[in-house]
Amino acid sequence: AAAMSVNADLRRERAAATFQPELLTHILDGGPERTRRRKEIEALVLNDPDFQHEDLNFLSRSQRYEQAIRKSSLMVMKLREYGIADPEEIYWFKSFVHRGRPEPLDLHLGMFLPTLLTQATPEQQDRFFMPAWNLEIIGTYAQTEMGHGTHLRGLETTATYDPSTQEFILNSPTVTSIKWWPGGLGKTSNHAIVLAQLYTQGQCKGLHAFIVPIRQLGTHEPLPGITVGDIGPKFGYDEMDNGYLKMDNFRIPRENMLMKYAQVEPDGTYVKPVSDKLTYGTMVFIRSLIVGDSARSLSRACTIAIRYSAVRHQSELKPGEPEPQILDYQTQQYKLFPLLATAYAFHFVGAYIKDTYHRISGDISTGDLSELPELHALTAGLKAFTSWTANAGIEECRMACGGHGYSRCSGIPDIYVTFTPSCTYEGENTVMMLQTARFLMKSYSQVTSGQKVTGMVSYLNDLSRQRIQPQHVAARTVTMRINDPTSLVEAYKSRAARLVESAAKNLQAELNHRKSKEDAWNRTSVDLVRASEAHCHYVIVKLFTAKLAEVSDAAVHAVLTDLCLLYALFGISRNAGDFLQVGVLTSAQITQVNQHVKELLAVIRPNAVALVDSFDFHDVHLGSVLGRYDGNVYENMFEWAKKSPLNKTQVHESFHKHLKPMQAKL
Amino acid sequence: SVNPDLASERQTASFSVEKLTVLLDGGTEQTRIRRAVVEAIESDPVFSRENQYFQTQNERYEAAVRKAVHLQKKMHEMGWTENGPEYKYIYRALSGDVAFLLHQVFMRSISVLGSDKQIAKWIPLATQHKLIGSYAQTELGHGTYLQGLETTAVFDTATQEFILNTPKISAMKWWPGDMGRSATHTVVFAQLYIHGKCYGIHPFIVQIRSLQDHSLCPGITAGDIGPKMNFEHIDNGYLLLKNVRIPRENMLSKFCEVRPDGTYVMQGSQKINYFTMTTVRISLISDEVLTPLMKACTIAVRYSAVRRQSKLKPGEQEAKILDYQTQQEKLLPQLAAAYAFHFTNGYLQELFNRGYREIQRKNFDMLPELHALSSGFKAVITQHCTAGVEICLRACGGHGYSLLSGLPSLYTKILASCIYEGENTILLLQTARFLIKCFMAANTGQPVPPSVTYLAAVKHRKCPAKNKLDFLSPDIYTEAYQHVAVRLTSSTAAKLQDLIQSGVKKHDAWNQCTVQLVQAAKAHCHYIAVKNFAETVEKLETKAGIQKIMKHLCDLFALHGIFSNTGAFLHDGYISAAQMDMVTASYLDLLAVIRKDAVPLVDAFDFTDKSLNSALGSYDGQVYQRLYEWAQKSPTNQMSPAYEKYLKPLLHNTLSKL
Repeated sequence: AAAMSVNADLRRERAAATFQPELLTHILDGGPERTRRRKEIEALVLNDPDFQHEDLNFLSRSQRYEQAIRKSSLMVMKLREYGIADPEEIYWFKSFVHRGRPEPLDLHLGMFLPTLLTQATPEQQDRFFMPAWNLEIIGTYAQTEMGHGTHLRGLETTATYDPSTQEFILNSPTVTSIKWWPGGLGKTSNHAIVLAQLYTQGQCKGLHAFIVPIRQLGTHEPLPGITVGDIGPKFGYDEMDNGYLKMDNFRIPRENMLMKYAQVEPDGTYVKPVSDKLTYGTMVFIRSLIVGDSARSLSRACTIAIRYSAVRHQSELKPGEPEPQILDYQTQQYKLFPLLATAYAFHFVGAYIKDTYHRISGDISTGDLSELPELHALTAGLKAFTSWTANAGIEECRMACGGHGYSRCSGIPDIYVTFTPSCTYEGENTVMMLQTARFLMKSYSQVTSGQKVTGMVSYLNDLSRQRIQPQHVAARTVTMRINDPTSLVEAYKSRAARLVESAAKNLQAELNHRKSKEDAWNRTSVDLVRASEAHCHYVIVKLFTAKLAEVSDAAVHAVLTDLCLLYALFGISRNAGDFLQVGVLTSAQITQVNQHVKELLAVIRPNAVALVDSFDFHDVHLGSVLGRYDGNVYENMFEWAKKSPLNKTQVHESFHKHLKPMQAKL
Repeated sequence: SVNPDLASERQTASFSVEKLTVLLDGGTEQTRIRRAVVEAIESDPVFSRENQYFQTQNERYEAAVRKAVHLQKKMHEMGWTENGPEYKYIYRALSGDVAFLLHQVFMRSISVLGSDKQIAKWIPLATQHKLIGSYAQTELGHGTYLQGLETTAVFDTATQEFILNTPKISAMKWWPGDMGRSATHTVVFAQLYIHGKCYGIHPFIVQIRSLQDHSLCPGITAGDIGPKMNFEHIDNGYLLLKNVRIPRENMLSKFCEVRPDGTYVMQGSQKINYFTMTTVRISLISDEVLTPLMKACTIAVRYSAVRRQSKLKPGEQEAKILDYQTQQEKLLPQLAAAYAFHFTNGYLQELFNRGYREIQRKNFDMLPELHALSSGFKAVITQHCTAGVEICLRACGGHGYSLLSGLPSLYTKILASCIYEGENTILLLQTARFLIKCFMAANTGQPVPPSVTYLAAVKHRKCPAKNKLDFLSPDIYTEAYQHVAVRLTSSTAAKLQDLIQSGVKKHDAWNQCTVQLVQAAKAHCHYIAVKNFAETVEKLETKAGIQKIMKHLCDLFALHGIFSNTGAFLHDGYISAAQMDMVTASYLDLLAVIRKDAVPLVDAFDFTDKSLNSALGSYDGQVYQRLYEWAQKSPTNQMSPAYEKYLKPLLHNTLSKL
């Protein structure tokens, strides 16, 4: 099989590309040196026999968990052996080892250790950090409960301080208060950082974090007072032991409350934290990861669907001619190319948030938090926008692969189930959109009260100008140059401005009719989500357009400009109603946009395969028979199927157990 | 006991739930029979699905085979027959979790495509399960486009046999259900060659496994195609044929026969056969598409009435998530769609019954229309319902992702329906071809089938609505849908003509218009669905509040379609921007109205807890208790070899040296 040559269709596609894919890969990675280093780390993992194993599609859930924990333990050792410490390099190493899937130590490495670093006192770090670093302590982060997710204040777990023994007594008072979902909690961890309502001196002081041992060191048996286990099978995440945790009068020493900020003194006196803004930082960081993840997951799905569409021949376009590649059908291009453009757009947005976060984090240490609220509001919306879009896009890619997309050998089902929970975790998407809307409404009311706003919402300032000069309101339609991305940014900007304005007015109208603010907000929330979406969409088009200026190679610049135009125009075409209703564009302009979208499909067609090659996913990482770099799809599907568990024996045991007796009887 | 949050929802129902159930079933007698079948199946532990979420592919397959075998016994015991009124409820009661479904397709294809002699030989054997059949059409390299199939059947006059071969890897049969492990026989579709000449695709009965020990027959390579997104209980298979010889009599020969000397003879009209294939697309809508959406709605709506999160008013208890406008906007349109398509399905069934009677009288005039409607609606309904189930899944927050919610498996199963029995985009293009043809005909004054006469009718240029209440008038919104369908069809037809007149070849012009053609076909189906819903509501009895609530759902279905596709309605100014604000206002008002009846509306679907198989959707709403107890039964909580093998060394010494 190794001697198999590259499929002729794919060879032709690659030869016809108008640009060098490596150059685009460098842009995605952030420079040639980053690409080189990424590939070096990739080779470390892929050439390591310790990380080889059977195709995960054929393993049961228990076996998958076992493989994951085996690889995670090795991974931690090898990272240290190789001296890999840069967070991005760790991320690469981890995703090559686990092939882009979750693993049981994710929460230990990603939440438990960082939380110790940021929220533990020096004394607590002495006690917990090194053992945790050396994995004598494996921890998780237990926040979500069966009855409560995104709305944190509703959590019910209690930690009651007992000054007589200087201990906290932890309890799960109701079924709904059982901790539910935390990764690594079910079987792997022996400690958890538990979020609970703190009660001291008879008063509730709100949510606080506690380090709780849950399993006996040595035997790994649950401690008395602790009920812990796996929450059962899920949609994907087979390798992760998401768990439950129930505590009955479980006592921990006072020193186990994370006390860098808030404190409980030995006599039970509560000392308030100085500021809680700092927690914004972590959330922004995690949401920026999800935006990047949206880009990567969608890129993987596009790679598979586009390569397969170049290899698959079906039906006829011209009577009498051989069956064409399905990538030549306009409907197929219309499904896939806008998604390809979206994947690129999201890559650049992810990079932007990460850079901005790092820049502002620098400011945090010097005390300038002024940009944080906007970034926090923006990333909430972008997290929702990109994860919703990528989620739907992955499914479209799978559907575009016809029946074979449904087989697990296509790899897309796995990408989908691994990715789709990000619409819910780290903040349910609708709730996230409403957070962004809250910021937009605040900005809008600042503008109407005569203040100026800055940053991504500065377009709202123009609205007030228009109000002062009402003659402009009638002539709202923008002159649009269909081949100029900056002109399209203006169209998106106007749409966002109008929808924010209209949501704000509807909100005000509801407030005039009703008593409660909350009720009015709820009755406007569909409008508010729509405004947030328009705002996020504008930001993405703007960032993609801005990126073009940084590209020096003419050929790459040309192909990225095509993608940027397709992204922007397709978005207008799909949301034509918004642009028409608020009068930003005319019907004639929309017709022109629709037509140009179709022309761009044909322009992008010759570069489609090269554009997915630029994502530079190794076959092992891609995990797809349909998306193989060499395009030898059918031979390998057959090889793959032969390994299926149902094929382990020639005659399945159910023949002897059920079929044969039935045939004998009838 | 019933969770008080659910109990209170049921006390305020504006209509009789039982009456609505009867309406959905089509009569009290049907409801009675359905319930009896469900009761008989669910009380039998062999049919339990309680453990299915914990089972491996092998275990699921074995359970499905066991159930299929047991079902034969059960049917005998209960006195159910394949022609009896109970039969159609059995599959629903089993939630499709049973093997040998392709055995039915095998039998049907012999009945439809076989000669009387072939029917007499094979059907009794199949009925008595002396053999297990499958249906092998799709190949690794070819699906919906049947002419492209590559399997060959060469007639050998010397031995009076066909020699079947899989000439290359892409010609391997791939996907047929029951073929990987179970089937002993299958109907293979292959290109027929006689004396070196190809006669196109024909069906052949091929034995693939021994009737004695189930081993593969000589020349046959077959097996399971490996894990899929769902259908773990079905052994979808592959089949490779190498010089497999079958007697001449094994070619199904109702329509074409190969004589002993190799003469190829056609007989009768294939049109009935064509009609049967078309019927299959309609027959899957109820069980495979509507039922999953109705179940998903039941689970998501009940859970949303039980789940409380955050506060709507300060100082009050946390609100039911069903009270949030954004949650209503996710779920209630899906509920409306479930009802809308239930009635569409009734409309199509009736049309097909009429078509069948006509065809019996050798009148084939209705065929093109039936074909266009079945293709278009198969695509539109499967797509809409699949999206709907996913929305329900994601509306349940984190718990929706647990298999125990029942939603992931409903989703992964329904989404296969977008592909099988014809890939949706291709089907929509077939409908579009019909529309364009009829549009041209209508505009030159030729007669066209009833469902498309509107393409020639004179239209209002502007929507006459004056205020938001006008948009609750079926005439107003039906007219708007009609307008959009006509506009999309006529503008695409014009574009096609322009291209052709400018010298573009016909097929190229067609390909360049396919994106628009798909939109036109969807608009056509959407219009018919809205119109049919409105007409159905009109005819409902006004008693017991049924008509009133159905009218609300009809309005919601129509306005949601406009609200989520505003561009199509605003495009030529048929609906103005100001009118679109009225649509939005009416639409959002309706959400609040239907909200009050949301739980009774899903109760009326009348699914038992066993049939929902969901920790979130049970009738009593004891969600959290059920989730907790069920999770503890997970095999992952029985044993964890990973600790001894990997965790222990990890925790104890391996890393301490670092």
